[in-house]
Amino acid sequence: MPHQLEKRVLLDHAEDPSLRTLDGYRRLVGGYETLERAYKDLEQDEVLKELEDSGLRGRGGAGFAMGKKASFLPRGDMAKYLCCNADESEPGAFKDRELMQRNPHQLIEGIAIAALAADAGHAFIFIRGEYDEQADILDAAVAEAYEAGYLGTNILGCHRDLELVVHRGAGAYICGEETALLDALEGKRGNPRLKPPFPAVQGLYGGPTLINNVETLSNVPHIVRRGAEWFKGFGTEQSPGTKVVSISGGVKRPGNYEVELGIPTRELIYDLAGGPEDGHEIKAFFPGGSSSPVLKAEEGLDLPYSFEAMAEAGSMLGSGSIIVCDDRVSIPHLALRTARFYHHESCGKCAPCREGTNWTVKMLERMVRGEATPLDLDIVSSVQQNIIGHCLCVLGDSMAMPVGAMVRKFREEFEAVMENPELVLDPHAVVQAPPETLGASV
Amino acid sequence: MSPVDGSGISNPNLPVDPAVREGRVPGRAEEEIPELHEVDCPPELQERIETLMGRYPDRRSASIPALWAVQERYGWCTPDGIRQAAAVMRVTPAYLESVASFYDLLHTKPVGRHRIEVCTNISCWMRGGDRLLDAFKAAAEGDEDFFVTGFECLGACDIAPMASIDQRYYGPLEAAEAGTAIEQLRADAEVLPEKALAKRGLAGDA
Repeated sequence: MPHQLEKRVLLDHAEDPSLRTLDGYRRLVGGYETLERAYKDLEQDEVLKELEDSGLRGRGGAGFAMGKKASFLPRGDMAKYLCCNADESEPGAFKDRELMQRNPHQLIEGIAIAALAADAGHAFIFIRGEYDEQADILDAAVAEAYEAGYLGTNILGCHRDLELVVHRGAGAYICGEETALLDALEGKRGNPRLKPPFPAVQGLYGGPTLINNVETLSNVPHIVRRGAEWFKGFGTEQSPGTKVVSISGGVKRPGNYEVELGIPTRELIYDLAGGPEDGHEIKAFFPGGSSSPVLKAEEGLDLPYSFEAMAEAGSMLGSGSIIVCDDRVSIPHLALRTARFYHHESCGKCAPCREGTNWTVKMLERMVRGEATPLDLDIVSSVQQNIIGHCLCVLGDSMAMPVGAMVRKFREEFEAVMENPELVLDPHAVVQAPPETLGASV
Repeated sequence: MSPVDGSGISNPNLPVDPAVREGRVPGRAEEEIPELHEVDCPPELQERIETLMGRYPDRRSASIPALWAVQERYGWCTPDGIRQAAAVMRVTPAYLESVASFYDLLHTKPVGRHRIEVCTNISCWMRGGDRLLDAFKAAAEGDEDFFVTGFECLGACDIAPMASIDQRYYGPLEAAEAGTAIEQLRADAEVLPEKALAKRGLAGDA
């Protein structure tokens, strides 16, 4: 039985492996009934209105209203496209993996209904290449959906067509950025594009394109089935609905938990994920994946877990992925580990990101080796300032925000490390708890 | 001056780049698209890539899937394999190479038959990902069948520290289990059946 704090909509019946099959999806949750009703009885505008009224905000990171995004697509006879962003690569995020693995048909039904709202004839699921297991599951589910007439030409005799292709990426965080995803899908290197034009106007193959995250699209069948009012019954006014939250790091029970948005963060971390290991305390946490500025325990734990509360606290809900750092984690090392990721994943197109991530890593390495001076801390901070807002996409910003926040909030820890290099000669001694004490019981 | 036609030159004494009037003259001939009969592409590979191209409104969208097919066939994206795919797709080999070199999972150098990616990103790092990587490297040392590498977040922080072994996820792993996994792979046995992600329940049901 799930914990009473969980509110399972997307993960309803997800513990049952047969949910993955078409039969199971129909039997357990009335699957594809909504698609049938939408295709047979509803007009494009009716579906669109329901999505807009629901206030569903994108679950990929930016939190932009999904219905509004869909309404930006121009009307007309041109070829339009829908892309499902399943390139979940943000450190800390693993919710889309769970949703695709346990309930692939929910996503397919969501795509088919969203395609109706966007008047798209071609849809793609861009899934990261590492998720091979989940891509196989999707392939099988898509084949079943074609077989049953929910995809393909003349769907359910309604004179509408939809082709759906599962497209595997090949390992690049940047492809989760929507315009880089489009380039990758067009068969190129995944470099971001200049915006505007936004993909809703000029996206895949130059056509209007709606791009949404897996979790966002998985919400669509539920909203169209039960209505916008029902959906708004969950969560807060500005963050309606439920959210699958990935919790990891220094907690006893890491995993995905579906809750109403607005739940106190403390309940998520302590009651659902079990809190920190015995004898340890939470020092800080990332509220929305590695790109979100860290919050100290005392400033963040009592905030409601919603888009608006996290933004007000100077951070963000992002993809809804909490990484908990307990009192054993050295923040300078954490900053270095975070910066290395963005350095590796920077596509190299824009100088502030390419050079800024590179130099941030070099300076942080100097710090943890005890070779830096206090002036370097100010330089690191100014480098972060010079990245933010100066690139085509937000990959560089995604390093600058958390690293900048770490330097600002834990400056004394950086200074201590710089002054006492002997403390960090063996980073494992400072940074890493032995795995047998961390989460061995899970 | 206008970069397009060379008109509007403010100082006529300055030299004008001939490219402005005549267009760029390439130093050497552009790379040509190889013909199918020149590359000796295995028929199965050709058919596979043609099927992949047929799935997209624009055939070039199949470049990543085609490179996956090449890698599956040859173990890595060999120069010959890339030429074969290029001939089928009617693009230059350099184009496909530029794509292959961008992505972490496509290998433009030879790699072992078994590929092990160990996550060393934040959540795994906190729980001993670096040591797990060292353990895998030590266990596979000297064996060319194995390719072991550290990898950025694989999207499985719930089972940290974890590894992707031949494209399947396993975790949470103790350092000692690295040796077990390598032995199981050598013996063609099922790898760490208890630790497969596919067999885990939902966290909230535990």
